Amino acid sequence: MINEIFSIAFITGLIAATLRMSTPIILATLGEIITERAGVLNLGIEGTMLFGAAAGFLTTLATGNLWLGVFVAALGGIVLSLLMAVLAVYFGLSQHVSGLGITLFASGLAMFIYRLAVGSPTVPPVIDPFTPLVIPFLSKIPIIGPSLFSQYSLTYITWALIPIVSIFLFRTRAGLRVRTIGQNPLAADTVGVNVNLTRTLCLAAGGALFGVAGAFLTLAQQNMFLIDVIGGRGWIAIAMTIFGNWNPLMGAAGGLIFGFLDAFQLRLQSLGVDLPFHIFLMIPYLITILALISVSRKATVPAGLLKPYRREEKGG
Amino acid sequence: MISMSIVKRKPLPSWVILVIPVAAVFVTLLITSIPIIIAGGNVFKAYGALFYGALGSKFNLLETFVKASPLVLTGLAVAFAFRARFWNIGAEGQLFAGAIAATWVGVYFTWLPVFLILPLMLLLGFLAGGLWATIPAFLKTKLKVDDVVTTLLLNYVMLHIMGALLFGPLQMPGSAWPRSASIMDSAFYPILIARSRFHFGIIISFVAILAIWFINSKTVFGYQSRGVGINLEAAKFGGINTGMVILKTAIISGGLAGLAGVGEIAAIHHHLMMDISPGYGYTGIVIAMLGNLHPIGVALAAFFFSIISVGAQTMSRVAGIPIYITGIIEGVSLMTMLIFLLLTEYKIRWTKS
Amino acid sequence: MRAVTKRFVDVIANDKVDLKLYPKEVVGLLGENGAGKTTLMNVLFGYYNLDGGKLLINGEEVTFSSPRDAINHGIAMIHQHFTLVQTQTVLENVMIGMEGSFFLDKKKATVKLLKIEQEFGLNLDPKAIVWTLSIGEQQKLEILKALYRGAKILIMDEPTAVLAPIETIELFETLHTLVDSGHSIIFISHHLQEVMEICDRVVVLRTGKRVAGRKVSESSIPELASLMVGRELLERLEKGEAKVGTPVLEAKNLKGRNNRGLIAVDNLSFTLREGEILGVAGVSGNGQTELSEILFGQVKPEEGEIFVSGKSIPGGNPSAIIKTGMARIPEDRITTGLFMDLSVKENMILESHVNEPISKNGLINMQEIRSFSQNCIDNFSVKTDGMDVPVKTLSGGNLQKVILARELSGNPKVVVACQPTRGLDVGAMEYVHQAMLNQKTAGSGVLLISDDLDEIFLLSDRIIVMYEGKIMGEMSSKEADRDKIGLWMSGVSS
Repeated sequence: MINEIFSIAFITGLIAATLRMSTPIILATLGEIITERAGVLNLGIEGTMLFGAAAGFLTTLATGNLWLGVFVAALGGIVLSLLMAVLAVYFGLSQHVSGLGITLFASGLAMFIYRLAVGSPTVPPVIDPFTPLVIPFLSKIPIIGPSLFSQYSLTYITWALIPIVSIFLFRTRAGLRVRTIGQNPLAADTVGVNVNLTRTLCLAAGGALFGVAGAFLTLAQQNMFLIDVIGGRGWIAIAMTIFGNWNPLMGAAGGLIFGFLDAFQLRLQSLGVDLPFHIFLMIPYLITILALISVSRKATVPAGLLKPYRREEKGG
Repeated sequence: MISMSIVKRKPLPSWVILVIPVAAVFVTLLITSIPIIIAGGNVFKAYGALFYGALGSKFNLLETFVKASPLVLTGLAVAFAFRARFWNIGAEGQLFAGAIAATWVGVYFTWLPVFLILPLMLLLGFLAGGLWATIPAFLKTKLKVDDVVTTLLLNYVMLHIMGALLFGPLQMPGSAWPRSASIMDSAFYPILIARSRFHFGIIISFVAILAIWFINSKTVFGYQSRGVGINLEAAKFGGINTGMVILKTAIISGGLAGLAGVGEIAAIHHHLMMDISPGYGYTGIVIAMLGNLHPIGVALAAFFFSIISVGAQTMSRVAGIPIYITGIIEGVSLMTMLIFLLLTEYKIRWTKS
Repeated sequence: MRAVTKRFVDVIANDKVDLKLYPKEVVGLLGENGAGKTTLMNVLFGYYNLDGGKLLINGEEVTFSSPRDAINHGIAMIHQHFTLVQTQTVLENVMIGMEGSFFLDKKKATVKLLKIEQEFGLNLDPKAIVWTLSIGEQQKLEILKALYRGAKILIMDEPTAVLAPIETIELFETLHTLVDSGHSIIFISHHLQEVMEICDRVVVLRTGKRVAGRKVSESSIPELASLMVGRELLERLEKGEAKVGTPVLEAKNLKGRNNRGLIAVDNLSFTLREGEILGVAGVSGNGQTELSEILFGQVKPEEGEIFVSGKSIPGGNPSAIIKTGMARIPEDRITTGLFMDLSVKENMILESHVNEPISKNGLINMQEIRSFSQNCIDNFSVKTDGMDVPVKTLSGGNLQKVILARELSGNPKVVVACQPTRGLDVGAMEYVHQAMLNQKTAGSGVLLISDDLDEIFLLSDRIIVMYEGKIMGEMSSKEADRDKIGLWMSGVSS
């Protein structure tokens, strides 16, 4: 079996699967990093991703256009996150509760719409999913060629987004504003930055990414919509945000590791390793918990996280 | 540009707090009539079916109690934890743990005297859920690991433990599916009202409501856990052993969720399978918030959700509305309730610039 | 500012206040805590909206809906609690919110910043991370932020509260430079000596109204003081005599760090005896907070021991300290001492709730709680709408009374009070001072940690001075030499 693990076919397949399966997690993590850097914890990821998955899938089912599906999914994500903004930013309700409410609402809405549109056929409808975009010359390189350069276009976009988000946060004026709001909203307000508006925009950006992450699952990784398609990835993104210390590069690394574990356990199963497959399914979650433990000691949480920002509180 | 801000308002008369839930329900039903209309249903027919299905006959009403029972338990579990600011999102996994323990006793403890079976199931179910909850509590107090994420992740871990057991030692001999053997008859919760499913577990839920109310208002522990939830630093300053308080809170919280799992085995399904819970652990969170973390509020919220859940089945049959409307109603009712609660303390001010 | 009115719920914080400011002058805004000074300035600064009245800049009426509008008109405010992002650099803090290119142009900004630094003599390294700077340097950063934005009017809210005497001198030099180059400054303070020194004119507020305006050259400290308070400033305190006896609290070689990991308490020892008030003077930020946290049992000292009535007490254990009967008045009553959302009675029993008769066998006795709380409310004149209302409805002074009632009802032998009158108005201050004196007369030992030198001189029998975690010196209050103490507070040892 060890021989098989180190065979070229296995490794190539593993790398390819890692990149593929980490895509939705990385997207969602980037979205949550932007959001939390601005001081908002969005627990609505899981529901938003499900909504994106359903909305994207149904759009493509109706129109045959994959990118339109992605677009609608992003739009849906934005709308849901704006709802979160109204609750948690403008009304200042508990961020924990608002997010959970959104997850509940969005999940219900997603399944409701799906059932309305599709009914309950014995065979669930499928679409023609994205096909991997093969980059001409590079994909011929042994091992890394087929694995790195024959990925879905959404995956390439995701990888492009990692440095973009990083540059945005650390090298632009807007990014400085976002980071300041997350650390000390008062400091930003007193220099004239509109705290609530910025937080809302960050939520919206995050929402778009969550929607696309969900759509990736139904439009690329699979070709149908199942109720448990998200499978907890939204929550993983939250864990990865902490794990990555709110840094896009580190968060993406975390997403990659999780994708790797996910891909690895699938392959181990197919190799006939003699453990109940549920033990494998557990591994990514356990490792995430262990990773969180090791990181929590040094985590530099954005100081303004979880606090709604209100001006008219009477001081001394 | 018009901007909105939230300003503190003068305190409202105290009768307002009683009207709020009613108003929230009303507004919710108003909002959720939109998806009903989109689904092509007649709003009055749909809501009529909903309420009839939940309350319209003796059987239906008793059935609503049956459905409310696990919701009360998970709602109390989450409310009790949240009150101490222990963000227990893991009620679902704790429920599984309790269900596993109950199945183990119910299937294999045939040698035990009959009158000890149910007590043992309850005890081990409580402990299983409680102990599962102590893991994230310990991580939170000693290692400062965020409890939202750990309780969440552990749900998936317990789900897969259950899967491994159901494809392994707990699997019913001769079956290819992940299900356990059926529990013995003496492990069934007795039915208390003939020709219904009104069972012993419902009484346990009632007892739980009273027990939590008692702990919250009459005990030192209740005072301490509330203090810890409101201001951890002041609690420490006052000499409260906050780590122990959170741990004990976790045990009780997880234990209640575990009892919900026991109920699903002993009263409803009589054997363990992967979808033993339709998300009761997560719904419990919403119920806890709707009930403002108070045991009586939780009971009422659980009953409300049960009405929605039971009634939605009739609504689906009679008016053709997909059953998933329940998730929408639940989500909207939570948001409405929260906004109304907020508006009792603050008002919205619009400013032009 | 004309007839400015500002209302919060049902409290009128500013009641038709008039204020005029001319170029090249420093106007002092005086008033005791709660008089409305900060609120008025927050209105000027665009942070709060007006409920009535007008703002005029150069004769033209303006409306500010946010600080951005104020900044655009050249008004900047330097708050009491700095609005800086501790984890970012000086440059980033200065750049935040400024117009410019999409990408941060740090080079250009650095050039501009250095020019301003040179012009006004405020030298800071742009790359320095804020939490490494001293408080005085952080304040300079706040001033630089304002100047970088082209502010002509600077509002400074209690700027000297956190400065050592040397830093205050530096600040005043900076202010002189600013005024000479055409800026105007509004200087909020309740330190009359400083106001007399730096301001040209003063405006006095009292309970929300403007009560007087004076030229500094035509007024005096006593006059301003009585205008602020509306009556004679001198507190009427009964100072009893007490026999100084055995040590009730001893600290031996205490060493502790602050939350940045730096040493805050450095080999510190003192002895407090029954029947005396020992004042610990010093500018805030020299380890007083950390010392109090160690004494309260909140933090375990890295080295050293604490003895209460001769017995060694384990560190880091609040309940062990509580069992000794020590009365603890924490520095920040809201974050550390109280549960704001809980009722008055529930706050009263925080330390006694584990003992009989408040509770027995794990069950609380509501009747006992009610009678205990009522006694506390009566004995300490706590103004409240009953014991069942949430404690957050109480005023600052009454909150402190709740804490005093809670801590002092058990006739403690030791009282440790850290900044007990911070944020209180004169009436509440007098109450707290009398309470401390009463404890001393009753035979307790009182450790008073305070950054208010007047308070220290008023109450203490002996004075020690803390600087950078060490004790610089000790003197009895009879021989008190204010100048020497000032030097010790600035780190100059004799």
